[in-house]
Amino acid sequence: MTASALAARAAAPDVRRFKIRRILRALLPAFSLALVIAAIAYLNPRAISYFGFNLMLNLAIPIALATIAQMFVIAGNDLDLSIGSFVGFVGCVAATWLRDQPLIGGLTLVGCVLAYAALGALVYLRNLPSIVVTLGMSFVWQGLAILLLPKPGGRAPDWLLSFMSFKPPLVPFPIVAAILIALVAHIGLMRSSYGAILRGSGGNAAAISRAGWSLFKAKVVLFGLTGFFGVLSGLALIGITTSADANIGNGYTLLSIAGVILGGGEFVGGRVSPIGAVIGALTLAMAASPLLTFMRIPPDWQVAANGAILIIVLAARVLISQRGAER
Amino acid sequence: MNAALAKLFAKPWLWSFVGAFVVWLAAILFTGGYGAGGMVTAALALAVFTVIVGVGQMFVITLGPGNVDLSLPANIGLASAVAMKVMNGDDSLIAIGLLAALGCGLAIGIANYLLIWALRIPPIIATLSASFIIQSIDISYGRGLQIKPPPGFADFTNAQVFGVPILAILTILFTAGSAIALQRTIYGRSVLAIGQNIRAARLAGVKVAWTRFVTYALCGTLGGLNGALLAGYFRGANVDIGNEYLLASIAVVVIGGTSVAGGKANVPGIWGAALFLVLLLTMLNTFGVSAGVRLVMTGLIIVLVITAAGGEKAAR
Repeated sequence: MTASALAARAAAPDVRRFKIRRILRALLPAFSLALVIAAIAYLNPRAISYFGFNLMLNLAIPIALATIAQMFVIAGNDLDLSIGSFVGFVGCVAATWLRDQPLIGGLTLVGCVLAYAALGALVYLRNLPSIVVTLGMSFVWQGLAILLLPKPGGRAPDWLLSFMSFKPPLVPFPIVAAILIALVAHIGLMRSSYGAILRGSGGNAAAISRAGWSLFKAKVVLFGLTGFFGVLSGLALIGITTSADANIGNGYTLLSIAGVILGGGEFVGGRVSPIGAVIGALTLAMAASPLLTFMRIPPDWQVAANGAILIIVLAARVLISQRGAER
Repeated sequence: MNAALAKLFAKPWLWSFVGAFVVWLAAILFTGGYGAGGMVTAALALAVFTVIVGVGQMFVITLGPGNVDLSLPANIGLASAVAMKVMNGDDSLIAIGLLAALGCGLAIGIANYLLIWALRIPPIIATLSASFIIQSIDISYGRGLQIKPPPGFADFTNAQVFGVPILAILTILFTAGSAIALQRTIYGRSVLAIGQNIRAARLAGVKVAWTRFVTYALCGTLGGLNGALLAGYFRGANVDIGNEYLLASIAVVVIGGTSVAGGKANVPGIWGAALFLVLLLTMLNTFGVSAGVRLVMTGLIIVLVITAAGGEKAAR
């Protein structure tokens, strides 16, 4: 037996272990969601029903969409701290102009997506820190929302209301929507060839650039997609709440970042997972409110529950990877 | 002469002071010179709070990409509640209350670093998760808190000498100390070295873990100090008292000429940028614009300033 064959045989179990660890890691988001659902089922079995899921996951659709939006900028090694106020602004547009003057409302929303794309261009061309630029933009969106809707109010267009209250047979709408969102984002970013370029622009920008792809275009597309999914998130939110408020989306900034990370995304290197992100958003949506209510924990601690889940999942991730490092 | 001028203009921090001056001029031109001095006094008083957290954030950001403390707003909110509760409106308890707030901030800073170190996660996520939990503790702990600061403390945070707030004088001394610490001490040089190249710094024998620990602990402590001072200045603690300091602390660091990529910091620029931000709000207020317009203008001007200042060219 040659030395290399010996080495190969010795290495084989290692490879297998490595693969197991990778699968474990990939399953972690789904596992945490299953754990939360199991806890809810244990505390209140009646919640596990068509009606129960409809109620518990109601707000999960806009959160999942905002998380996917955030995922696109994170894939390019950026961070969007304005997505929450952006979702709020879109909500205000939906509850006012989109109902009264659909054409102007629609054009405004298209303009929003273009504004995001332009922001991507600015960040790339001037090599700006996206954190500061988007923090500044969060003021802009919030200000515009207040100008548009100084007091909470307005009403969502009827087509949006009826779309969001759609009740498909057997499977609750939020679950159908979540699967659809995850699939569309997965195919677009993970399975398409340009999706690989987009992720590559975050993973190894120099390599993508030398291979002849435009980093400028990639950045613009990533930010544009963030704007697009942000618009969808705002529309979905207003379709559920029926009226808007300038501050309605403020919590979404941190929730969306947490969702991406929970779902296995990483801050650098273009490593994100659309399916994981949607699962992460669902976990946060269920753990924050329904689980705590069933555990009779006061709503004061809702935000802490999100933080705790984030820390627990990240700790589990470290445990899984650490075993890998020891070998 | 020209060379000296060119050298002066190359200083990044100069522009933040120029910006602050221009905004101030615009405001007093609008009022016809009325309240020019009062505006500076008020701006100095408010800028102090941004400068204190700005210095903490500067040290953190200088550690390199990904290093930023997102838990500052929650930290400030909790510390303000702790300070007010411990002081309990009693002048004799001021020192203990201040110490409690500092301790609260220090504990948060240590917790932040423990999360970064133990979970090996990017500091943004660590401080984000921590801020979720701190926020909840604050909501639960500070609910319905209606304790006024002790009169002595409130007077101290509002006191002035010849139109210059005492806090501003103390903060100028503090920033001078920070500048010396940054440029002349082993700790400061270690922070810069880590920001420039963490691997090279480690190989060169810089105590990387210790330096990062100290930096996060320092930033947390400054957040706690800021919470106590804010509660004194605004005469009461509040869960949302620190909210604006997330943007403000990061913005003053960047506008003041510190590199977001790390390894290059600038202390005087923080003062210029903080005065610029405060005077910008004062100017918009004197123009009498609505809250919405004020927010939009603030946001756009921050984006414009960042764009004008530009990111640094990629190193490679």
